[in-house]
Amino acid sequence: MSLKRLAIANLLGAATALLMASSAMAAGETLTISGFGGNLQKDLRATLWQPAADAAGVTLSEETQDGLASVRVQVQSGSPTWDIVHLGADECAVGGKEGLFEPLDYKVIKTDGFDKKAYGDHWIATNTYSVVLAWRTDVYKDKHPTSWKDFWDVKAFPGRRALSTYPQEMMEIALLGAGVSKDKLYPLDTKLSLEKLKEIKPDISVWWSSGAQSAQLLKDKEVDMMAIWGSRVASVIKDGAPVEFTYDNGILGYGCLAILKGSTHVAAAQKFIAGVVSPEIQARIPEMMPYYGPTNSLAFKVGKFSPEVLAKSNMSPENVAKQTFIDANWWRDNNELVREDYSLLISN
Amino acid sequence: MTTVAADLLPPNAGVLNAGLLGGDERRQRLAMFGLSVPALVLVALVLLVPFSWLAWLSFFDASGALSGENYARLLRPAYVNSFLSTLQVSAAVTAICILLGYPVAYLLSQLPQRVAQVLLVFIILPFWTSVLVRTYAWLVLLQREGVINTWLKQLGLISESLPLVNNLTGTIIGMVHVMLPFLILPLYSSMRAIDPVYLRAAANCGASPAQSFRQVFLPLSAPGLGAGAALTFVLCLGFYLTPALLGGGRVAMWSTQIADAVSKFANWGAASALSVALLVVTGIILWAMKWAVRRLGSSLGEG
Repeated sequence: MSLKRLAIANLLGAATALLMASSAMAAGETLTISGFGGNLQKDLRATLWQPAADAAGVTLSEETQDGLASVRVQVQSGSPTWDIVHLGADECAVGGKEGLFEPLDYKVIKTDGFDKKAYGDHWIATNTYSVVLAWRTDVYKDKHPTSWKDFWDVKAFPGRRALSTYPQEMMEIALLGAGVSKDKLYPLDTKLSLEKLKEIKPDISVWWSSGAQSAQLLKDKEVDMMAIWGSRVASVIKDGAPVEFTYDNGILGYGCLAILKGSTHVAAAQKFIAGVVSPEIQARIPEMMPYYGPTNSLAFKVGKFSPEVLAKSNMSPENVAKQTFIDANWWRDNNELVREDYSLLISN
Repeated sequence: MTTVAADLLPPNAGVLNAGLLGGDERRQRLAMFGLSVPALVLVALVLLVPFSWLAWLSFFDASGALSGENYARLLRPAYVNSFLSTLQVSAAVTAICILLGYPVAYLLSQLPQRVAQVLLVFIILPFWTSVLVRTYAWLVLLQREGVINTWLKQLGLISESLPLVNNLTGTIIGMVHVMLPFLILPLYSSMRAIDPVYLRAAANCGASPAQSFRQVFLPLSAPGLGAGAALTFVLCLGFYLTPALLGGGRVAMWSTQIADAVSKFANWGAASALSVALLVVTGIILWAMKWAVRRLGSSLGEG
């Protein structure tokens, strides 16, 4: 009887000690990060966020955001429950302009190896994605399209096409199709771009609005060529569909991190972000998230990659040279106007 | 109940215990009101309060200043066109639903109750399947390399695939499928309620089957048809999922604009103004339809 009681007391003691230990660890600081959810967030956590949190000595808790509107609600409440948010670069830029974010401390966060367009006072890009030209190889057997100019050339390359319902990247693509050189894209010539889109509109069978939809269109041969995210086309090819794509003339967009105004863990968040963009952690992207890329080009100096990995990564020195970066600040200032013209063009 | 009882009593009896009856009636009314309080509170909480807040939001621009900007925006061509195409799509879907649904409801109402109940299961069955699943099923059926186009090509009826989806055609097919039960069910129940004696009486008076249908059955089923059509039309006005998936981005429904304003542009003021406009127009249409159905019912009854 007494032996049994002793055993129970021991067990309780051990449990208490364990509990205390774990609460002491959590006491470090807990950062709440809110992202797009789904597979992307899972991959980002495994690749970037968890190692950065470990390095900064913080515990990470995850939420999902529903666009800039949800961030605005958080900040307006006065005491946001999120500390850090992962958004698209233009949303970061708009949020920065609206004063939703704390300024980033660039004494803590190092930007060596960053493109100038890839960070702002209040945000920094942490991963890139590419919008690329992809086509069905069973439709274009002998001669396949190689550039956005070919996408616009319906005589040489007849077939059904698809673009996105989001004007972003599509406006750039239209200008590339018009023959504007990729280093002279910004500020976008919206008039010319919309004219080119109007010209191709009769041959656009579908304006896609989600990544899953875009992949399905190509996989089921609903369209013959399209503008699509690199990560999505990669999964279509992996599924065995006769599809190819090129990084030539691709548009590079960013995902970015920003700290919510009113967060009570600003210093820890700065340290965490510094970790996320460090070359060492960025160098994990090419292998763990193929078809996405590091925003810090030093990642390719730090990491050693096989030629296959380099060929897939949208940010490998060879591939990045073929593409052009999106200008988040231009979109920040012009988004709403362009969007209305664009949706008017699609639906009429 | 009390009024009926009062009618049955001799005329002077009502005067004798009028005070008693009146008190009874008041108590009963109070009890009825008391019973409906929870429902009223629920409606106020989940409907009126959020809607008032929404309407309030619509008067502020993105920076938080009071302005009519969100409503002025609605006059831009992109929104006007989207509004018109929403009305067109809704009207087309409602019309097709009536053409397809009326004969079905008529057939069901003329069958023996037991048979009709079995057949009704087929109409209600889609209700138990998610709209998303049904919409994707249409995508599989209608797309260029889909089941229908493949069959038609194998049968040699067509050489090139028909554009059945990612356009207006696909949107309307998908929406009709989802909406049909909403038309058939109220219509069926109103047709069931029509006493067959009326039709026999019409036949006895020398009316041909077509005449008795047109002059007796149709006017009597008009309220049910009106209710079904109004329900279908109004649900179409706010329909988001099916047009978004089957329209290929080329069918700009009003609901898409609301979703865009919130999710793409984080502009709650604009989204609120769009929603308020939709609600007001829906209210006007419902009222007009009610009026039209009443007119239709009485004019057909007279003619």
